[in-house]
Amino acid sequence: MTDRDEIQAKILDLIEPFNKKGAAVTPATRFAQDLEWDSLTVMDFVASVEDEFDILISMNRAAEIETVDQLVDAVGQLRGE
Amino acid sequence: MSDLFSKFDDLIAMREGLLSTGVTDPFNLVMEKVESPTVAICNGRRTILLGTYNYMGMTFDPDVVAAGKKALDEFGSGTTGSRVLNGTYQGHRECEDALKDFYAMDHAMVFSTGYQANLGIISTIAGKDDYIILDIDSHASIYDGCAMGNAQIVPFRHNDIEALEKRLKRVPEGAGKLVVLEGVYSMLGDIAPLREMVRVAKENGAMVLVDEAHSMGFIGENGRGVAEAQGVIDDVDFIIGTFSKSVGTVGGFCVSNHPKFEILRLVCRPYVFTASLPPSVVATAATSIRKLMNSADKRAHLWENSKRLHAGLRQLGFKLGTDEPQSAIIAVIMPDLETGAAMWEALLNEGLYVNLARPPATPANMTLLRCSLCAEHTSEQVDEILGMFAAAGRATNCIS
Repeated sequence: MTDRDEIQAKILDLIEPFNKKGAAVTPATRFAQDLEWDSLTVMDFVASVEDEFDILISMNRAAEIETVDQLVDAVGQLRGE
Repeated sequence: MSDLFSKFDDLIAMREGLLSTGVTDPFNLVMEKVESPTVAICNGRRTILLGTYNYMGMTFDPDVVAAGKKALDEFGSGTTGSRVLNGTYQGHRECEDALKDFYAMDHAMVFSTGYQANLGIISTIAGKDDYIILDIDSHASIYDGCAMGNAQIVPFRHNDIEALEKRLKRVPEGAGKLVVLEGVYSMLGDIAPLREMVRVAKENGAMVLVDEAHSMGFIGENGRGVAEAQGVIDDVDFIIGTFSKSVGTVGGFCVSNHPKFEILRLVCRPYVFTASLPPSVVATAATSIRKLMNSADKRAHLWENSKRLHAGLRQLGFKLGTDEPQSAIIAVIMPDLETGAAMWEALLNEGLYVNLARPPATPANMTLLRCSLCAEHTSEQVDEILGMFAAAGRATNCIS
């Protein structure tokens, strides 16, 4: 697995406990529209991603992330910084 | 033409759905007369007030009211100007002096509301490339202050010391850090572990701002708030507060010992670009603040009230926001909005006003009946209140 694959697999794991709808999750899945997460759920989820990868995802940065794919990219970048 | 209001359709539908059940609109109550800090006439009925922020009961204090009348006579109804132009009167200075004495701090800056104090201070002191680390349950005025500035905003789990520390340690080397906390969180009435959090913030080189809106006048030996009660007030860089709670009028402030604090008067936009408080308001505030310095007896009685209500509600079988009373706010957790609204209305019919709080203002999408006590509530009134909760709770099947 590449680094990116590993990040994606880990993020899919982290989504599970928040995926109350049991929706199928793909790289194109959108957090707000497809998973119907409200802002509080998003913040809880972001905190779990931060702790998993030991990074900070500011609200400013999180606001630009709509899909699973975009989150995987952002985590990759933030880990490199 | 697209209707810009279509974004509110879901909320409109939710409101209509709730009101169609025939329940009184909880967000449209009018107080026809106010008799005292604890009693008003609502819908023609004498109602005990248990949902105000009049913690110390100062709104009808004779000295406070007299000071306001005198200022109205001597200085007129309003300043019609900004604090930095023609809007600073003797009374504004006296009000800031009263705050400096109350908190024993070097600087005090009075804003037109508490909301603007948070908006102004937070958006001004944290700039681009700085980090604001804040509790996820922070008040809207704190989030709006963050949104108005351009710092990096990082929330952490409510009252979680370890989550705060982890995030502080991840901030890039050299970046400015501001930790924003509240003394009392107003939805559940719980307090922050400030002793540990302020220590962690200082160990990691952050400045600390604490909003003590719901603790002023009541918590701490001198009523300076939770930071005083937990012995860390000297390590707090900025305290934000309001006049619209224990002080009993309207307005907001920031006090600080920072040597460069006064420059904020020129650079803080919500301070500069708005009219200053009317002379009568700052006169009532200054008088009230000075009286609050010597209110140990009232503080003790308010604690008694809080403990009495908490224990009584718990005994009746209600689910409460905190295991022990931690402030003058006791939050009763309702199973859902419909039950909450029905219970709220049943209480109003009994002659009791409480706050109905609902998402998104509440944590974890809870519906709450928020009770806030006043030092002027008598012990007999608290017993009367418990009787009303018992009757309304049984009528709505909230308790058995």
